[in-house]
Amino acid sequence: MTATPSPTQTKTLTTKTMTMVAAINDALALALERDPAVHIFGEDVGVMGGVFRATDGLQARFGAERVFDTPLAEAGIVGMGIGMGLAGLKPVAEIQFAGFLYPALDQVLSHLGRYRHRTRSRYHLPMVVRAPYGGGVHTPEQHADSPEAILAHTPGVKVVIPSTPADAKGLLLAAIEDPDPVFFFEAIKLYRSLKEEVPEGHYTIPLGKARVVTAGDDVTVITYGGMVEVAQKAADAARAHGIGVEVIDLRTLVPLDTETILASVQKTGRVVIVTEAPRTNGFHSEISATIAEEAIEYLRSPIVRVTGFDAPYPPFTSIEDVYRPNPVRVAKAIRQVMAY
Amino acid sequence: MSKPTAKSKSKTPPKSAAVPAPSDPTAAGAAAYADAQGEMIQLIAPDGTVTQPERLPDVSIRLRLYHLMRRARHFDERAWVLYRTGRMGVFPPYGGMEASQVGTAAALTPDDWLFPTYRDTGAALTYGLPLAQTIAYWRTSPHGWAMPENLKVLPFYIPIATQYPHAVGAALAERRRGTRNVAMAYIGDGGSSEGDFHEALNFAGALNAPCVFILQNNGWAISVPTRSQTRATNLSRRAEGYGIPGVRVDGNDVLATYRVTAEAVQRARDGEGPTLIETVTYRVKPHTVADDPSRYRTAEDTAGWDARDPVLRLRAHLLAEGHLTEEADAEITREIEAEFEEALRVADAYPEPTPAEILDHVFAEPTPQLVRQRAQILAEEGA
Repeated sequence: MTATPSPTQTKTLTTKTMTMVAAINDALALALERDPAVHIFGEDVGVMGGVFRATDGLQARFGAERVFDTPLAEAGIVGMGIGMGLAGLKPVAEIQFAGFLYPALDQVLSHLGRYRHRTRSRYHLPMVVRAPYGGGVHTPEQHADSPEAILAHTPGVKVVIPSTPADAKGLLLAAIEDPDPVFFFEAIKLYRSLKEEVPEGHYTIPLGKARVVTAGDDVTVITYGGMVEVAQKAADAARAHGIGVEVIDLRTLVPLDTETILASVQKTGRVVIVTEAPRTNGFHSEISATIAEEAIEYLRSPIVRVTGFDAPYPPFTSIEDVYRPNPVRVAKAIRQVMAY
Repeated sequence: MSKPTAKSKSKTPPKSAAVPAPSDPTAAGAAAYADAQGEMIQLIAPDGTVTQPERLPDVSIRLRLYHLMRRARHFDERAWVLYRTGRMGVFPPYGGMEASQVGTAAALTPDDWLFPTYRDTGAALTYGLPLAQTIAYWRTSPHGWAMPENLKVLPFYIPIATQYPHAVGAALAERRRGTRNVAMAYIGDGGSSEGDFHEALNFAGALNAPCVFILQNNGWAISVPTRSQTRATNLSRRAEGYGIPGVRVDGNDVLATYRVTAEAVQRARDGEGPTLIETVTYRVKPHTVADDPSRYRTAEDTAGWDARDPVLRLRAHLLAEGHLTEEADAEITREIEAEFEEALRVADAYPEPTPAEILDHVFAEPTPQLVRQRAQILAEEGA
């Protein structure tokens, strides 16, 4: 994949080739450097630098008060972060895998998104919760979940899921600087599998602005995170057959950039939505419903969703690929909406 | 209570401990629970007699605590009356638990944090939450939600125990910022069954957070007695599992609750870490004004606790020692009544919320989705 970095405030920055995990590490270091209120914590993020090394070297550089290991308890991590946010710090918590977030969902659903509302803005939570998510690298049970729809369904929290190193850096800095709680999901599959030129120094990419990865007139493929490269491969194949595919990377689910989605749908009239989350009530369903409500008169074909299934994500290495959407399944969906 | 009168001078043990609940796991458990009632710090006995003269707070503090308890009790009593006349929402009463709430919250300054549960209106009032705002909160008005800028008190917590980790985070943040401020969080005996309670105590210990955890053991989690809630008979000992001090105190002796809390606050300020304080008290009142306790306990269950009334106990002590007169007491009554009625007038004057306000304060900048939803409400409901 040859993603184009598109930070909005690049100025005249020089660039450096980076993986996504290196870009995230860079963003975290910049955040720690720029704002003494930023504190990073979680399981194994200190001395070890995180299981994916996203916080590598940060404790050594910024000290054990700014970057620290916590007891192994996710509700405690998110709950303590909430308290730190109340008291004026900028907590950046790492949950080791998105599938390990569940013990903390009580904190998320009961509190994280409600503080501004329940105190009429006397308090707000400038907190970021980072977590690796998604499949594609043959992880054990529980390590490949995509629970973003649960969070997008929770009022008061934002949800950001980058698909490239440059986006990851700019979006993470924007998330840390945002005054409200942000979930930042990082596709495990993309951590080291793709490299690109990433601007050095500080820049942000605004939350709530989708990215048109490639323009096309025939089909709109809407996706995010780890599925962007999958959609892109299918789009490239379709293009070889003369089908113009517009791939939209949402970047953030909350706030959702419906403007970019609807503009594309009005142009193409054909929609494929791709996620690796379970089918029923996934965020793909919200996108589908939004298009049906706002632009049904433009549709030339029923909307097709390419998703995971209503079964737990399978840790079965040899057949994992059946569950997680691949370019073949996306290409088939593109043919389906074209043939209608 | 507008005219408190000392009634019983007996040290009647809690009869509730002798009445096995239907779900009582073992009779031995109930017996152990009854035994454990004795092992707690007490400075004045239920009849007002001083048991530990060397630890008594100054007279000025004793008088302040008495005034604060009378004020808290008056709120509790007026809330009932207002509820019955449709001028108050569903309210969780705390009458009988004033020593547990007032003595602990009085050990804080406005620079410290307070995380109260729904049962802890008495603690919030003591800490400084204005009366009018407190009334507004329990009327479910948004005017009760915007906590004052000069205080660090959060709106009452409805979920159980989930605010405990928040207190740890706030306390840790104070330490990181180099202050001597502490965070205090309340919970009940039932709430101490929740995982967040245990995670918070462990985090606070591991990270040396300046927290004071107040566990108000009032005997009941709605209808479930403590001895059915847990086999543990001394909840303060749960602190040992986390390597932090645990203190058990007579929760109806305000001088004792104040003394041990002040000591715990000082330890936290000095960087010596968190403390768990179990205040042994009793929920004499129903769970809320809408609850009917006769479904799960008898009048005899609570009768023994009237004799342990915390307000009457301190009053008896102050009268006996000559620090309070009947005239001064009557003046306190007039003062707190006037203060409450004035606050009620203020609360009555708060305007009703407008429909679109339900979408305010979700994010600093509303999302495009919220902007559209607001327009929809305005179109359907008007401003």
